[in-house]
Amino acid sequence: MRVPMTWLREYVELPTDVTARELASRLTLAGLEVETVDELGADLTGPIVFGRVLQIEELTGFKKPIRFCKVDVGSANGSGDPQEIVCGARNFSEGDLVVVSLPGAELPGGFKIGARKTYGKMSAGMICSATELGLWEDHSGIVVLPEGFGEVGADAIEPLGAREDVLDIAVTPDRGYALSMRGVARDVAALYGVDFHDPAEIAVAQPTGEGHPGAIADPALADRLVLRGATGFDPEAPTPLWMKRRLHQSGVRPVSLAVDVTNYVMLELGQPLHAWDRDRLTGTVTVRAAEAGEKLETLDHVQRSLDGDDIVIADESGAQAVAGVMGGLDTEIGLSSSNVLVEAAHFDPRRIARASRRHQLSSEASRRFERGIDSRLQPAAATRAVELLAELGGASVETAYTHVHHPGEPTTITVRTGHAGSVAGVDYPEGTTEKWLGAIGCVFEADGDVLTVTPPSWRPDLTDPNDLAEEIIRFEGYENIPSIGFKGFGRGLTAGQRLRRAVGRTLAAVGHNEVLSYPFLGERDLDGLQLEADDPRRVSMRLANPLNDEEPLLRTTLLPGLFKALARNVGRGVTDVDLFEMGLVYLPKPGASRAPLPPVDRAPSVAELDRIEAALPEQPRRVGVVIAGDVERAGWWGQGRAATWADAIQAARDVARVAGVELEVEADTRAPWHPGRCAALYVRGEGERVLVGHAGELHPRTVKAFSLPERTVAMEVDLDLIEGVRTKVTAPEVSTYPVATQDVALVVDASVPVARISAALAEGAGELLESVRLFDVYTGDQVGQGRKSVAFALRFRAADRTLTAEEAGAAREAAVALATERTGAVLRG
Amino acid sequence: MSAPNNSFDPVEVTPLHPDEVARMREEALAAIEAAADLAELKEVRLAHASDRSPLALANREIGALPPAAKAEAGKRVGGARRDVGQALKARQAVLEAERDERVLIEERVDVTLPWDRVPRGARHPLTTTAERMADVFVGMGFEIAEGPEIEAEWFNFDALNFLPDHPARTMQDTFFVEGPQGGGSGLVMRTHTSPVQVRSLLTRELPVYVVAPGKTFRTDELDATHTPVFHQLEGLVVDKGITMAHLRGAIDTFVESFFGEALRTRFRASYFPFTEPSAEVDMECFVCHGASVGDPETPCRTCSSEGWIEIGGCGVVNPRVLTAAGVDPEVYSGWAFGLGVERTLMFAHGVRDMRDMVEGDVRFTSAFGSEI
Repeated sequence: MRVPMTWLREYVELPTDVTARELASRLTLAGLEVETVDELGADLTGPIVFGRVLQIEELTGFKKPIRFCKVDVGSANGSGDPQEIVCGARNFSEGDLVVVSLPGAELPGGFKIGARKTYGKMSAGMICSATELGLWEDHSGIVVLPEGFGEVGADAIEPLGAREDVLDIAVTPDRGYALSMRGVARDVAALYGVDFHDPAEIAVAQPTGEGHPGAIADPALADRLVLRGATGFDPEAPTPLWMKRRLHQSGVRPVSLAVDVTNYVMLELGQPLHAWDRDRLTGTVTVRAAEAGEKLETLDHVQRSLDGDDIVIADESGAQAVAGVMGGLDTEIGLSSSNVLVEAAHFDPRRIARASRRHQLSSEASRRFERGIDSRLQPAAATRAVELLAELGGASVETAYTHVHHPGEPTTITVRTGHAGSVAGVDYPEGTTEKWLGAIGCVFEADGDVLTVTPPSWRPDLTDPNDLAEEIIRFEGYENIPSIGFKGFGRGLTAGQRLRRAVGRTLAAVGHNEVLSYPFLGERDLDGLQLEADDPRRVSMRLANPLNDEEPLLRTTLLPGLFKALARNVGRGVTDVDLFEMGLVYLPKPGASRAPLPPVDRAPSVAELDRIEAALPEQPRRVGVVIAGDVERAGWWGQGRAATWADAIQAARDVARVAGVELEVEADTRAPWHPGRCAALYVRGEGERVLVGHAGELHPRTVKAFSLPERTVAMEVDLDLIEGVRTKVTAPEVSTYPVATQDVALVVDASVPVARISAALAEGAGELLESVRLFDVYTGDQVGQGRKSVAFALRFRAADRTLTAEEAGAAREAAVALATERTGAVLRG
Repeated sequence: MSAPNNSFDPVEVTPLHPDEVARMREEALAAIEAAADLAELKEVRLAHASDRSPLALANREIGALPPAAKAEAGKRVGGARRDVGQALKARQAVLEAERDERVLIEERVDVTLPWDRVPRGARHPLTTTAERMADVFVGMGFEIAEGPEIEAEWFNFDALNFLPDHPARTMQDTFFVEGPQGGGSGLVMRTHTSPVQVRSLLTRELPVYVVAPGKTFRTDELDATHTPVFHQLEGLVVDKGITMAHLRGAIDTFVESFFGEALRTRFRASYFPFTEPSAEVDMECFVCHGASVGDPETPCRTCSSEGWIEIGGCGVVNPRVLTAAGVDPEVYSGWAFGLGVERTLMFAHGVRDMRDMVEGDVRFTSAFGSEI
């Protein structure tokens, strides 16, 4: 809502020293956020004066007709001689009163006026158009003023109103009343404690009879309809300068007097109006629901298919307007319309909101209707409009007019006088509530400290005690709410929350950099991962309105996002990149149905909540890592070390270790990993082995698809699953007896995984074993083709004694025996 | 060890013979003197002063002597061992001094050589900022609550008093999730962290003091000031006798913690469907402190010469929300706030372009390390 200050001052006795900027900050604090204060015409510098065209000489021989004019500017040019000005406009005649900017003047946009030679003549100044003066947009020519508007030679800037401060208010959805000068003025008057003159308080005579026939088909669509006619209107009557200027300052384009008047009254009072060409209407005007298949071409030249939920204004030939949104083209008021019918109605705001959204058509009218307008204002607004048509366009106001009204239940709110204070935490003086309720137009009855409040018809947003509290608190000043300390009852972070932080810190400490990538994926990404057609990761949630049509899917894996971030870094010249991400993936539940919308006047039932949860996808938290290039740099100490599959697995182990969980590793083949360098990662919980993710080197096809460096490695694990198998640590008893170490070298078939051998050794060695650690792998002639030698260091220790060499030896033998049994390993030697 | 034997002649016990003791002493002292460095001296110590050294072994034999001979033998051996001990100590001091003067100097290296063999990583500054923000409130006795990112419309809108046709429902540009056959799913990408309010009230015991940091989604194209995926920190208190003054206290504590003491805050009346009364929260510009307002000579980039910086929205929990969450609004009241994590990071650390926080460029992230 744009609010010109001089217009505002017509309704508010605002002290003259209150500036637009000062008012802007007061209003902003009070809930009418002033986004900008436009100082229109601030850069306008005189001399800009009234002039009279004395003589016009038509110049020929140029590409367009040009006039050389002599203009009387009185003594404003110092000499008193007629000013000689070349002018390209043609919409004026000798004797017209015009606006002249003389050399030395400056027009909006830094346009300096001087004397210069043009079209073979000296031109000293300019005859101005409305656009050049910043008054309104008009490219039809210069401003020709009505006789008597100003005195020749006198300053024109002030009389034209070319300087104006305009507040641009971002009105919140609840404050529909503030989409009018009337509503803003009322708040301003309350804020400054000064008098308010309500522009809607005009004399509205009762109708002397029925006007144009009108009806409301269903009271659920509208509860009030006023149709008031103005006959004998001069369709060529110009809109007065002051009205055009105010419309322009308010952001509305002047069109024609009839349309301008409806817009002006809408800005003034907040009631959207429609001006019909009555001669184009056929019979009764009815507010009704649109019929199935009904069509209407609206004023914006769009053919619209109407919905049964749309409200239309129809005559007996069909729908003529999408009610509250936009009028139809057929009945548009035109340059020959002399019989005007002004319509003012109060429609169901929810239906207007739906229609506006359905037709993707947000108009000045729909914005007001959907936020809620004054439900009683229609007779006054229609009357104000026809009276302006009479005054400015020579029309006669019909004393008979139509007023259909279906009264509804009035809203009342019961509230304690101390309620606002207890909400704010401020002890307001007695009478505060009553004072502000009165200022915004509420009426109330008091019973002790309980008020029964009837909000005014222009405040449909006031329905609850807290709505009233907000009004009182904002006028008392939000800035006057004190700041008070307090203490909650929190028990700190949960184990899971602490784990997540620790995982993040650990991964960062060992060299990974966190990214937060978007969760949007495309089919191309899934193809790039080399997923089979039936891979469950292809089953994803899909956005109905993605930002990018190529990426409508929601991620089922973190990897594509990590790959893209990695490629971006490489593209920017960072060759060694090591990234991690921790975030949710979205896994649809099979057979999920639409989530219900339980009523909100009570808590949802357990069954309702269960149905909501059943509709939501699983959203486990994953950790992913992707590494390319060197993980250890080359330097003066020697060679660097490129990332390998093992670094990816180690990253997963690091994650698990933070949780105090050991990963079990097994060879696997799974996209997007290299089939020979892919590990499945398991944890053990309650004896059950749980697959938590995969790690390894990426498949070359994936590397290519995502433009990654060769041999890029990656891992992804489910942190929720790892967290799920955490157990509470019981403190170990630390033995102080000496350790006995024994090494074993075993020869096995090259295909036997080391993890199996080491598990067998550990199990076979029994409880004396403290640790088993692989320290060498050898393949070559000494062990033969297809064989490998693996060497382990076993450490034994007892809790209660020093182990003898025999005991340690026996445990070692048992370990080797089980390894032999399980893996065919033989002692090397 | 031998048992006492009165017929035993001490002179016959060779190791205790005065000459023998003197010889052992001389040998030890000579070896000590000959030790060229600390390693050699360590060998000498083992040979001449350990439990297995000749003097130590001789000392053990004293116990076998008749009482009359013990004192003299003890004095002799003890004196020798003391001399050896003192000599060792003296030689140790000499050699250590020598090492300190010469060897350690010779071992000098260039400590300015770089050792960035394994580069360190970093956490994303949005993660650490969100944690720090949450921790301010954890310190005030809040717990951290969580909720899903794909959320039911009921939690995201209806329960928060966004009525189906209210214009506020279209205020936020929502990502809608398709249902199984392309129809409606009743699900959205949550447009704010506020649904966690309702989830907390439905699942937790009253009173509730929670903050909920998390990802939120709106259909804004990525540019310098917008991103479709961003982060909020929601706060919710529901208790008896809760007022906006406590809300202001909480916000002030946050501002002081992040941006410095003595920064003023202000509430501006505003509108959110789930709070009534509602307010926007501004803090005084921590760069210009308002000095740039109306002074074109010294514009402030941080606050655009407004003097105030908007940091979030807040308000008294709308009793309709309490009702939908099964809390009796006649007994309990509360308030909620939402703070932007991106905004906080941008202001606290001078991030100029939203894209830097989105693209995952390690040069940006690594500047922040693991804590913020």
